[in-house]
Amino acid sequence: MTKLEYLKESPSQTAGPYVHIGCTPNFIGNTGIFKEDLGARMMNEQTKGQRITIKGRVFDGTGTPLKDAMLEIWQADSEGLFNSPSEMRGEADPNFTGWGRQPVNLDSGEFCFETVKPGAVPFPDGRPQAPHINFWIVARGINLGLNTRMYFPEEEEANAADPVLGRVEHRVRVSTLIAKQSGDTYTFDIYIQGDNETVFFDI
Amino acid sequence: MSKPTTNAGPFFPRDRNWHPPALSPNYKTSVLRSPQKALLSLGNTISETTGPVFGHNMLGELDHDLVQNYAKPGESAQGERIIVHGHVLDEEAKPVPNALVEVWQANAGGRYRHKKDDYLAPLDPNFGGCGRVITDENGYYAFRTVRPGPYPWPNGVNDWRPSHIHFSLFGSGFAQRLITQMYFEGDPHIPLCPIVRTINDPAAIEMLVAKLDMNHCVPMDARAYRFDIVLRGRRSTMFENRMEGN
Repeated sequence: MTKLEYLKESPSQTAGPYVHIGCTPNFIGNTGIFKEDLGARMMNEQTKGQRITIKGRVFDGTGTPLKDAMLEIWQADSEGLFNSPSEMRGEADPNFTGWGRQPVNLDSGEFCFETVKPGAVPFPDGRPQAPHINFWIVARGINLGLNTRMYFPEEEEANAADPVLGRVEHRVRVSTLIAKQSGDTYTFDIYIQGDNETVFFDI
Repeated sequence: MSKPTTNAGPFFPRDRNWHPPALSPNYKTSVLRSPQKALLSLGNTISETTGPVFGHNMLGELDHDLVQNYAKPGESAQGERIIVHGHVLDEEAKPVPNALVEVWQANAGGRYRHKKDDYLAPLDPNFGGCGRVITDENGYYAFRTVRPGPYPWPNGVNDWRPSHIHFSLFGSGFAQRLITQMYFEGDPHIPLCPIVRTINDPAAIEMLVAKLDMNHCVPMDARAYRFDIVLRGRRSTMFENRMEGN
């Protein structure tokens, strides 16, 4: 008889307040172990594409910014290709990692990523997805990392046709996934709960 | 970078009843940090199935040795010397090679090297509490450290964390990302801990408890604990939906 014998995924536990010790030790002054914090730099002088800055904060249910959160982002390069071995559509820009990791500032709660604006990537059925950046948020009190996406406000037409944004049933919530733009700086505030709760994904 | 030997299809759906729920009132900090609206379930796109790869060449020679990697020359961290080792597998029990495993922990007295930790136990000048390894082609990893101490934390009046090591796992895709904690077999604090108890299923908790592994102890030096980790499995890409004609 055929049996379905799968293992279960290891259950998640909170990253706790001291995630920096393991993930960004230099950020808290624990220097001398790792030369550089992983994910701190996503690009170099040769990276192709439009340089952008993404800033924001992560708010709890009282509107207080988290001071102990860590965020990771994952995105395509300016041509819409991922710097990943499972990218089969072409070679991504070798001068762009596509992956960033930043803790929030311990006093202000603000995070900041220096990156490039991603190109569009396909949905599984071939339709284009609007340019977007995947976010993963962990902190004390978050039992399983939160997944969301940031979209670009100037991409109105692409956003309107985006198959993922199209899945958001309550249209008033779509705006929680769209950053605010000021020149090359985008602000993407994340609300864990409350009236403006960000749309989080089960991916 | 090398091309994958396994498939790169969408990940198996996460069993969110197996993971701890976002809202776990006995872990008080979760109350204001838990989404209240339903998550939007999304079959994976290429943004979720891809992920960065970390090369073995980025590792320093003591990254896997917390006993030595913050110690002054000729000295070493204080505490019970242990080796923690195991395999990173997926839900089909296949090894996950090249997985980045990052660990952090308190010292033998239960104190973290962190500017926000003011627990009265002293810092160990020879212990940083930070290490990382990348799994080999069999998904195997190993690091050496000291057993962390339990410590009190402000939740209930008298809540103590069991001895634990934090693990961050990076497999082959961004949707596989996982942070968890490893506990030690026989620790009486495990069933008392409100963070452990955010997990509802005792079988799930058991997956986080490392076992004393006498076969891998180094005589007159260090004991060994075995800790296998399971990341999400992936479907084959062969039958994924595509537009007709593609």
